[in-house]
Amino acid sequence: MNVTKRFWLSFWLSLPMLVTMVLMLFHIMIPGNDWLQLILTTIIMVVSARPFWQSAWASFQKHHANMDTLVAIGTATAYFYSLYAMANHLPVFFESAAFVTAFVLLGQVFEERMRSQAGSAVAKLVDLQAKVATVIRDGQPLQVPVTEVVVGDTVQVRPGEKVPVDGEIVAGTSHIDESMVTGESMPVKKAAGDHVIGATINGDGQLTYRATKVGKDSMLAQIVELVKTAQTSRAPIQKLTDRVSDIFVPAVLILAIVTFLVWYVVIGASLANALIFAVSVVVIACPCALGLATPTALMVGTGRAAKLGILIKNGEVLETVPTLKTVVFDKTGTITAGKPQVTDIIGGAAVLPVAAALEAQSDHPLAKAITAAATAAGIAPAAVTNFHAVAGKGVAAQLNGHTITIGNAMTATALPAALATAQRRLEAAAKTVVVVWQDDAALGLIAIQDRPRATSASPIAALHDQGLRTVMLTGDNQAVATAIAQQVGVKEVIANVLPADKAATIQRLQAAGPVAFVGDGINDAPALTTADVGIAMGGGTDIAIEAGGIVLVKNDLRDVALALALAKKTFNRIRLNLFWAFIYNVLGIPVAAGLFYAVGLALSPELAGLAMAFSSLSVVTSSVLLNRAKLPTMQAA
Amino acid sequence: MIKAMVLLVGLAVIGFILWWFFGKHAVATATGDAKAAVQRIAVTVKGGYSPEQIVLHQGVPAVLTFTRVDPTTCLDHVVFPDFGVNAELPLSQPQEIKIDTSKPGDYTWACGMDMFHGKLTID
Repeated sequence: MNVTKRFWLSFWLSLPMLVTMVLMLFHIMIPGNDWLQLILTTIIMVVSARPFWQSAWASFQKHHANMDTLVAIGTATAYFYSLYAMANHLPVFFESAAFVTAFVLLGQVFEERMRSQAGSAVAKLVDLQAKVATVIRDGQPLQVPVTEVVVGDTVQVRPGEKVPVDGEIVAGTSHIDESMVTGESMPVKKAAGDHVIGATINGDGQLTYRATKVGKDSMLAQIVELVKTAQTSRAPIQKLTDRVSDIFVPAVLILAIVTFLVWYVVIGASLANALIFAVSVVVIACPCALGLATPTALMVGTGRAAKLGILIKNGEVLETVPTLKTVVFDKTGTITAGKPQVTDIIGGAAVLPVAAALEAQSDHPLAKAITAAATAAGIAPAAVTNFHAVAGKGVAAQLNGHTITIGNAMTATALPAALATAQRRLEAAAKTVVVVWQDDAALGLIAIQDRPRATSASPIAALHDQGLRTVMLTGDNQAVATAIAQQVGVKEVIANVLPADKAATIQRLQAAGPVAFVGDGINDAPALTTADVGIAMGGGTDIAIEAGGIVLVKNDLRDVALALALAKKTFNRIRLNLFWAFIYNVLGIPVAAGLFYAVGLALSPELAGLAMAFSSLSVVTSSVLLNRAKLPTMQAA
Repeated sequence: MIKAMVLLVGLAVIGFILWWFFGKHAVATATGDAKAAVQRIAVTVKGGYSPEQIVLHQGVPAVLTFTRVDPTTCLDHVVFPDFGVNAELPLSQPQEIKIDTSKPGDYTWACGMDMFHGKLTID
């Protein structure tokens, strides 16, 4: 018989006893009431309460005690004393045993429901997985279960369909809704060469792609694995409750006996009253609220974060976040997009077409920036001949009978005064400047910069509001670094840091208190590990997932502030839960023991049972409410 | 007179509780078979875990089979926090849990509410 059925049985059988109790208040006595109580309570004891006794006995044999021990001893005492009292024509309190059973079971029914609700995040993630995929086999599209897709398969996705597995687009363009995996609310434009993530939803276009990761290697599977591990991990604060629960139950039993002895032997209360106090102590003391306080909050907090594309690895991270003093950002790929872009073109309309024609042949990062700028301006690169690199100067080629060259400004022989001034101004603004030459005349300048993301400024302001110190770490020179830092509002800059020295720099900063490091994970792994909290951006790369304590699936700095806020909220909720669970026991036991009886404050066993059910329920409810807790919202700058 | 006797009995029960729950008692321990292809250990879940201590050998794959015969909801999940395992234990249905034995060390497992504990040693 499951908990729910046991509860309903005890509930319906307790109702008549409740009615007679109320009638008694109006001095209406029902003949044979004792017999009615005896019969109803016996059924409840045998059917609904027996599992408590079985479990209590099994634990007892192994020198353990648990909440069932308390419930079993409480109900058994009330029941067997009432049998004895009935035989001796004394007042009985069968109903206490019945009501306590009903209330404890009610608490368990709710608790079970809440627990499955708290743990639903993983199930929801798993449900995202597509069931079927259309793959090309022998040149024909064929629908197969998603489990049969192998790496290298060519997969077709029609508009509106779910992307079945991770892969790289071969043909087609579309907008893909990735919100379920990355938390990104806007559909993302995808074209040939871009990666797609399994379980995301294809928008308006048809896509053909090559499967690159399937099964447990897929991004979704890795996220599920991470969330699972996080939800079962323990926050160090929980060790406290571990120790408490070991000694708690025996201590309560001793306390109950002391209560009984004091009332019966010292104060001289009747046997029945002394027993009622002892039973109340036993019943109210169930420590399950303590046990539930941490895991349920951890589950809800990490589950909610996962939905936002923030993967918190374990409880330890949660506990460290509120102590953070400094947040260190890696510059490239974190504050900036990691993709240089053309910011200024000096020298008229001819500059860009000439530059684009030449750079279309090159795959240098700066060349890519120029090509991208030309594409954006709708310029198709003209065909050049005799493309070659000029040592120490740049690249050169023939275009329409002219020799064109693009090079670093340093190699310029004689630059016209106007261009030279512009060059100095641009370089002062932390931009890389190239000069475009046609034959021996300078056509113009192109300035290129790895720009901060539009979304970088607001989270940094949010971190300052939270009282955190922000530091930017970069291998760039001081001028470039300072310019970028000023644009996004980062207060301190540590420039000229070699990748190998990042971890050592973090260690130095740790002298002033715990440090979080935000990096994109590829060469940042040592720093991510060294920092008290490593926040890896651009999740999906294995190194990032491995090294970071928090992994942000989206490449968006706003999630850093969000992740820290959420971690703080979750940890605060754990603390709040533990506080209430402790307070509840600390206050409840003396009241139940009758310490305040003189001032008219006392708990009957059934009220104690109700209070106990409530305490578990309130802790679990408070955890589930984490799903509704307000989080900071940040606009793109 | 009756009160004096009640007092004595009460104190005796307290003494018994102290001895029974806090005294030193032998703990059931099981050790995996190092020569087997897979170390298999059956754990019965009834008022706690039997055995309560498990020793596994490093590098040999291991499977622990948990069977819950105790109706209490207290024991309806088993959690290995270090291995990311949080398994439901339906009543009387054996559940296999694979343990990664690559890293030696002392680990614990517990019920869903963290009230019952077991110890796992990999060496």
